[in-house]
Amino acid sequence: MPGELTHSLWVATLETLYMTSVATVLVVLAGLPLGVLLVLTDRGGLWERPALHRVLGMLVNVGRSVPFIILMVAIVPLTRLLVGTTIGTTAAIVPLVVAAIPFMGRVVEQGLREVDSGLVEAAIAMGSTHRRVVFRVLLPEALPSLVRGTALVVISLLGYSAMAGAVGGGGLGDLAVKYGYMRFRTDVMLGCLAVLLALVQLVQWLGDGVASRFDHTSPHSRRAHD
Amino acid sequence: MIELRGISKVYRQGGRELSALQDVSLRVDPGEVFGVLGQSGAGKSTLIRCVNLLERPTQGRVRVNGKELLSLSPEELRLARQGIGMIFQHFNLFSSQTVAANVAYPLEVAGLPREQIRARVAELLALVGLSDKADTYPARLSGGQKQRVGIARALAPRPRILLSDEATSSLDPETTRSVLALLRDLNRQLGLTILLITHQMEVVKAICDTVAVLEQGRLVEQGKVVELLSRPGTHLHGLCYPPFTTGESAVLRGGQRVELSLSGEHSTRPILSTLARRFDVDAHLLEGSLERVGEARVGRLLFELTGAPDAVSQALAFLREQGVTSEEAAHAW
Repeated sequence: MPGELTHSLWVATLETLYMTSVATVLVVLAGLPLGVLLVLTDRGGLWERPALHRVLGMLVNVGRSVPFIILMVAIVPLTRLLVGTTIGTTAAIVPLVVAAIPFMGRVVEQGLREVDSGLVEAAIAMGSTHRRVVFRVLLPEALPSLVRGTALVVISLLGYSAMAGAVGGGGLGDLAVKYGYMRFRTDVMLGCLAVLLALVQLVQWLGDGVASRFDHTSPHSRRAHD
Repeated sequence: MIELRGISKVYRQGGRELSALQDVSLRVDPGEVFGVLGQSGAGKSTLIRCVNLLERPTQGRVRVNGKELLSLSPEELRLARQGIGMIFQHFNLFSSQTVAANVAYPLEVAGLPREQIRARVAELLALVGLSDKADTYPARLSGGQKQRVGIARALAPRPRILLSDEATSSLDPETTRSVLALLRDLNRQLGLTILLITHQMEVVKAICDTVAVLEQGRLVEQGKVVELLSRPGTHLHGLCYPPFTTGESAVLRGGQRVELSLSGEHSTRPILSTLARRFDVDAHLLEGSLERVGEARVGRLLFELTGAPDAVSQALAFLREQGVTSEEAAHAW
């Protein structure tokens, strides 16, 4: 691969990292409260609001059922409103975030639901406020699965970002299509794939590592705490 | 201390109504260990959750520490709950937090300053004998240790009442005994009032002063454990002493089958040797038990009385006079 193309690969990688990391931060910031709300408002939840729960659930399901490629096109007006343009890496972040928030919401919801309801009961019996139950019991107890779920979301974002790149967003997807596909540059295609594969592996490895660092539920943890 | 009056709880599931509790009333006096005994599904769990309103009764009144809990605002109820400790069958410790952090939790809820929390946590861990486990995570503890942490956590804000939801049901017999002994000590040393629910007769016999028997959502009996155990015919007596397994065919010596109920002073009198001396009869033990319940001893014996017919009937008359014969076999052989 000539130096120029190596450089392109490097730039594309940085673009992908930029899109994915900014999107991840925004998705986590929005997805966490969404997941918490989905759990709290459900029947039998701490803040039972069945109507709100149904509306949220429906929005999430709609968001998750629209294919990303269609969503990207459909929210062009929103993107233009927020970023001022619909082309480029920053513009690509908008559909990425919109697509991944419902996913993150479900991931958080599922993580919180796995927390033993007895712990919530104990916290309530001790006179906890609902806020304390959420921040001191539900979220800390669910932390390992929240971390694993976030890794999953980041990996999906990497995939989405490649798609976004293909329609003018830059990044590895863009490079792979322009050079690898349209100009038959198999080496560029393979290079893009290798970087993506490495990124996915890295995220998965990080996610698993951090999650098990926070997981104290096994009696045979390799780390000594006492 | 705790007064439940006319508590009913109805669950609505789909179109059906499930009645978990029906018109349950009970009173727990200060310093008492009060047990609610019942099979699984009898409504014990619902009952104990009505005391701190983890479940809201459909009907009835709940008075704890002099407060009508059902008329409190959410904020007042939250404060009232800080004065009612609770321990659980599955411990419900926070797995993401160390033992010390678990015990500190209710103190943070109560808004104590950090240094006071640290001192109190150390004191509590010493009380339950787990000072060396402060920085351990609950998953690395044995069941008995977990329940001790649960007890330390429940007692941290110095509640005057402890609710125990089947606290020993998932522990082995030896650990059960040590946890019960700890609860008994806390009851005596701190004057802690304990309301516990259990399906284990051993728990009632080991630490309860008063017991209520719950069957299918209704209280069928309530009274002092020793009194109920020493009166044949009560529910508790029936649950504790199922019919003797020694059948009538076991009485082969041609004598009279006799059942004795022993409690209070009877349990310490030398009844059998008195019989033998006074009436020239022999007592062949067939089956029986005698055990300590709280400060008293209760038990029952099944034996066969042999001797001259006159002597046997005089001996039976003596036993009746003593008021210890609970039942005689219908016929002599």
